[in-house]
Amino acid sequence: MNLPSFDPVAAVLLIPIGSAALLAILPGYRLTARLNVIASLATFLSALSLFVIERPQPGPYVLIDDLNIVFIVLNTFVGFTTSIFSASYIAHELDTERLTPVYLRFYHAMFQTMMFGMNLAFVSNNIGLMWVAVEIATLTTVLMVGIYRTHAALEAAWKYFILGSVGIAFALFGTILVYMAARPIVGEGQDGMVWTLLIQHAAAFDPALLNVAFIFLFLGYGTKVGLAPLHAWLPDAHAEGPTPISAVLSGLLLNVALYALLRFKILLAANPTAIAPGPLMVTMGLVSLIFAAFMLYRRRDIKRLFAYSSIEHMGIIVFAFGMGGPLANFAGLLHMVMHSLTKSAIFYAVGHISQIKGTQRINRIRGLTVTHPALGWGFVVGVVAIAGLPPLGIFMSEFLVVSSTFARQPLLAIVLVFGLLLAFGALTLRLTSVAFGAPRGSTASAEASYVPMFAHLSLVLGAGIYLPAPLVVWFQNVARLLG
Amino acid sequence: MQMHSLAFDVSHTLAGGLVLISFMMLYQDRLYSLLNVFALHAVVLALSVAWQAFVQGAPHLYITAAIALVFKAIVIPVALHRIIKQLGIHRDIESAVGIGLTMLAGMALVALSMVLMLRVTAEADPLAREDLAFALSVVLLGLLVMVTRRNAVSQVVGFMSLENGLVLAATGARGMPLVVEISVAFSILIAFIVIGIFLFRIRERFDSVDVSALDDYRGEHR
Repeated sequence: MNLPSFDPVAAVLLIPIGSAALLAILPGYRLTARLNVIASLATFLSALSLFVIERPQPGPYVLIDDLNIVFIVLNTFVGFTTSIFSASYIAHELDTERLTPVYLRFYHAMFQTMMFGMNLAFVSNNIGLMWVAVEIATLTTVLMVGIYRTHAALEAAWKYFILGSVGIAFALFGTILVYMAARPIVGEGQDGMVWTLLIQHAAAFDPALLNVAFIFLFLGYGTKVGLAPLHAWLPDAHAEGPTPISAVLSGLLLNVALYALLRFKILLAANPTAIAPGPLMVTMGLVSLIFAAFMLYRRRDIKRLFAYSSIEHMGIIVFAFGMGGPLANFAGLLHMVMHSLTKSAIFYAVGHISQIKGTQRINRIRGLTVTHPALGWGFVVGVVAIAGLPPLGIFMSEFLVVSSTFARQPLLAIVLVFGLLLAFGALTLRLTSVAFGAPRGSTASAEASYVPMFAHLSLVLGAGIYLPAPLVVWFQNVARLLG
Repeated sequence: MQMHSLAFDVSHTLAGGLVLISFMMLYQDRLYSLLNVFALHAVVLALSVAWQAFVQGAPHLYITAAIALVFKAIVIPVALHRIIKQLGIHRDIESAVGIGLTMLAGMALVALSMVLMLRVTAEADPLAREDLAFALSVVLLGLLVMVTRRNAVSQVVGFMSLENGLVLAATGARGMPLVVEISVAFSILIAFIVIGIFLFRIRERFDSVDVSALDDYRGEHR
């Protein structure tokens, strides 16, 4: 602690919220877009310092442990690269007058507020505070999904808002029930919501109450994760909002809800008589995977296609965490990181593609690798990665999920592999039509920033070839923590 | 002992009243009357919360009660009244399902929440457990209002009555930290701003705020 004045936890919260206030006031595209990037970079660097700095003791509100450092660093990193992508994306939207300067200011302020909400959810040690933070993050994304104010965008935002608030209501009810279960043992007031205290005493909680609480929490936060059949908001919200928002929705917001679920899963696992949350998560995960894999075949809108692919991958991740055990948890964690990186890279590519072509319809986009080599090949690598081909990172994590499942539940593994192959087929089908063949649509050159996309893809490729040993050890620690 | 049973009876009556008013919402077929019933809902909630504040000796709960009374029972209904008038949509609500069916579904939901909550909370203190059972009923009935209405304003009302159920549950849980009560009130405020913007925007683009008008759009056919 030779830097007593620097507190990384405060930094990852104060930088976003402070810059949100600033961005709401400042005019001018160039200045605000740059400021957005700088603020996101500063947040990311503060998050990185969490690795080296001495961790604060868990207080009534803040907790830093191995688990949430992974989430925070991933969150702020993707937030940073998205802000770079967003700068070039939004410039185009201003040129085509889809966004006015006033809405731009609003957009930037909301972007940083959302980063604040997500970081707050990760660092909070208080289940009530965590709920509030997830709520903030959700409401800001609702506003950003509706920002174009077209028929489609309004319907998407409204649907997202209604389904999201029902989900959040269930999550709050579940939170209240957890408090009710904790009250006789932990005591009244503040302590009954502090996660680290709850986990210490969880074994003595009333199991029946805890079970019902988990069902509500699972339904509530599961809506946010986008698990079928609670996923209805997800494709619309991804397709109709600005593409940077699609990238953070898929890459980050789903993770926030997943993180909340994992915290409660650990809580339930600490009580020997409560139901095991695993089977529930396994079932919902598989249902989401199979459902989304089938839905992939019928998509005509490119952003919707990848939204369904997000449902599919969240299904795999929830399945892996539901299986539990060191190996499956490790695989789930790795898959989550790989999916966040890959999916946001794909959305960066898709954002520029749909701007160039002026459409999101898949059958109007052809031969990208011919007309826009960098963009086209970046897109190809991204889709190959998300479809789960070697040597990219997702192949490795999917392989781990499948192999660890085969060892324990061969029947479930067969269903899992079926879903994966189904999704693989759909994605390669679309990939060949979009990336290859005779070019169709506008061939205008792209004023795109390729750095974020290729940075993500090279990370995914690197992870697929070689995972650094310290990272493996770290993930193994977290996997043990997850039980 | 006498005091305890009085405390129990009053809070029981108020919570039961909330469930009853939630039922009344199910069969309102005019927007104005739906708003009036919602205002009544909020008043009873305020009374119930205030009673809990008194019984538990938790003065901070009076703030929650005041918020319920001022904000939910007066400000929001008045504002929605104006919106409805401005938009000229004070016509019938198109209920997606018939009233009889809706009422039956409502009864089933209440029965479900009673069975569920009373069974699992057998060891909790009786005041809290019955409060919780009522609160879950209010939440589920609010959900039912949202599901059966096609109109944006009435969906919002359904959502707010659902939130009322959450406040009831939160105040029934003795000693629940203040953070949550404020956050609930806050979320309603934010929710209302969101909705306000939405209604405004929808008004800007369409002639009605009927969500089904938006349903014509299907993302896949463009």
